[in-house]
Amino acid sequence: MARAVTKQRKTLNTLVAWAVGLLIFFPILWTILTSFKTEAQAINDPPLFLFFDWTLENYGVVQERSDYMRFLWNSIILAGGSTLLGILVAVPAAWSMAFVPSKRTKDILLWMLSTKMLPAVGVLYPIYLLFIELGLLDSRVGLTIVLMLINLPIIVWMLYTYFREIPGEILEAARMDGASLREEILYVLTPMAIPGIASTILLNFILAWNEAFWTLNLTAAKAAPLTAFIASYSSPEGLFYAKLSAASTMAIAPILILGWFSQKQLVRGLTFGAVK
Amino acid sequence: MGRIVLEKVKKSFSEVTVIPPLDLEIEDGEFVVFVGPSGCGKSTLLRLIAGLEDVTDGTIRIDGNDATSIPPAKRGLAMVFQSYALYPHMSVRKNIAFPLKMAKMDQAEINRRVENAASVLNLTDYLDRRPGQLSGGQRQRVAIGRAIVREPAAFLFDEPLSNLDAALRVGMRMEISELHKKLDTTMIYVTHDQVEAMTMADKIVVLRAGNIEQVGSPLELYREPRNLFVAGFIGSPKMNLIEGAEAAKHGAHTIGIRPEHIDVVEAAGEGVWSGVVGVSEHLGSDTFFHIHETGLAETITVRADGEVSLKHGDTIHLKPRADVIHRFDAEGLRQS
Repeated sequence: MARAVTKQRKTLNTLVAWAVGLLIFFPILWTILTSFKTEAQAINDPPLFLFFDWTLENYGVVQERSDYMRFLWNSIILAGGSTLLGILVAVPAAWSMAFVPSKRTKDILLWMLSTKMLPAVGVLYPIYLLFIELGLLDSRVGLTIVLMLINLPIIVWMLYTYFREIPGEILEAARMDGASLREEILYVLTPMAIPGIASTILLNFILAWNEAFWTLNLTAAKAAPLTAFIASYSSPEGLFYAKLSAASTMAIAPILILGWFSQKQLVRGLTFGAVK
Repeated sequence: MGRIVLEKVKKSFSEVTVIPPLDLEIEDGEFVVFVGPSGCGKSTLLRLIAGLEDVTDGTIRIDGNDATSIPPAKRGLAMVFQSYALYPHMSVRKNIAFPLKMAKMDQAEINRRVENAASVLNLTDYLDRRPGQLSGGQRQRVAIGRAIVREPAAFLFDEPLSNLDAALRVGMRMEISELHKKLDTTMIYVTHDQVEAMTMADKIVVLRAGNIEQVGSPLELYREPRNLFVAGFIGSPKMNLIEGAEAAKHGAHTIGIRPEHIDVVEAAGEGVWSGVVGVSEHLGSDTFFHIHETGLAETITVRADGEVSLKHGDTIHLKPRADVIHRFDAEGLRQS
């Protein structure tokens, strides 16, 4: 039976939801607002909310001082490359775990996830040494592989969950119909799992885009993405809040826009299978 | 061609043996039904023949060739699944064409075969729809279409009608039988519904706990069930099975008499069971009465003409036909 919701109750719910939403969004909003202030206004006490002299000066300075496009391009390559590479590895892995499970499948899944519980800094040193040894430091190739590996458990888990929703009989039918393993995955499984694969790609793109620990530690100039771009405005310069905010806004804008346009897909993908 | 021979085929899932070593021969062009209660291993047996499960031991021969370790696609068999297992992202046309595409067949030949199958199955108007837009019966026909275009050596059906409603099921039953007559190809059909088995099969294989209880034509099983299990499983309603003194009179541990082999008579007398009417099931043409207090331990089911009007609590007199009483020994095996 549907619970009766009174009108007042509904209004209250809406207000609370908006309040929580604004609270979460506020830091981002504040960053965006600050990026349009002068440095003096940015540290004004009391803080200025909307009534200040809006200026684009900071953006000009940031663009003048560093090559935004190069960082953006690196971010796109790193996030896109690591996600695609991850999908290519994860689809067969998730296939085997979802459709030919063994006694150990659950353990392997948990083991994979457990690597995400390890603090990244714990393996920084060995990986750093490996990168020096292999000449991968500050290279897009090296960073793409590292980003792929750190997000791989999540990709496999998500795909595994989606694949589990696909009836095994359909894949058996494909096998009876003469499809090879490759054809079965390519023509039957993948098209059926497209919504799930799409959300996985989106989420991982976002995760890789926002990843800062490895991108900051393993890059210098050549392969540095937008996270490094923001960081370059934080420490050595002293406290230039407005410019830092402008850089941050420029760095998060692309992913924010992507997230905005794909939110339906993202929500659908993340709640996939939860409700029948 | 589609002669399938199982030699000592065994299947275990880790420690549990679901099919103990089993031998079976299926002749070319035969319509064979595997029937048994759920969990009897009939679907597993079909999947072993299909190659979707690996046999633990034994040999499967298709047309004389050892197919035991050949992958499903190479066995030349087509399967229709209970859930239809259509490809939801493909049109009906693409669904039916899929096995041909996988066989790298020439596009003109694919089109010809798909059109042909569609016209046989009345699907021509639906070729460009997706499976989601079809009714259950239509989906079932698409699944059959996908099977027939390959011109397989044999068709395997895994409870194909159990997702359909009763009326549609009867219709599809006829269509599949019709198709068998037309194609003259071996068909192996798994069901738990003995009515489907009786109406469609050339040969019925009754399974229980992975063992073959009896193999024979529908009427052989009906007339001469080899043991109590088959006697109870084949026939609807169930055969009356009576133990004790009444059975001893016939020199048996258990006697079986089908509801349709008991006559309702006017008065009590020698060899007549008198009892009280319990539940009546009116089917129109026939009425089944469940009779209590006959002096026998068991409730007796009897078939009477649909016109017979007896109410709950009425007294009834029953005379079993002596020539169709089945006799079973203490092990439950038929006594000849």
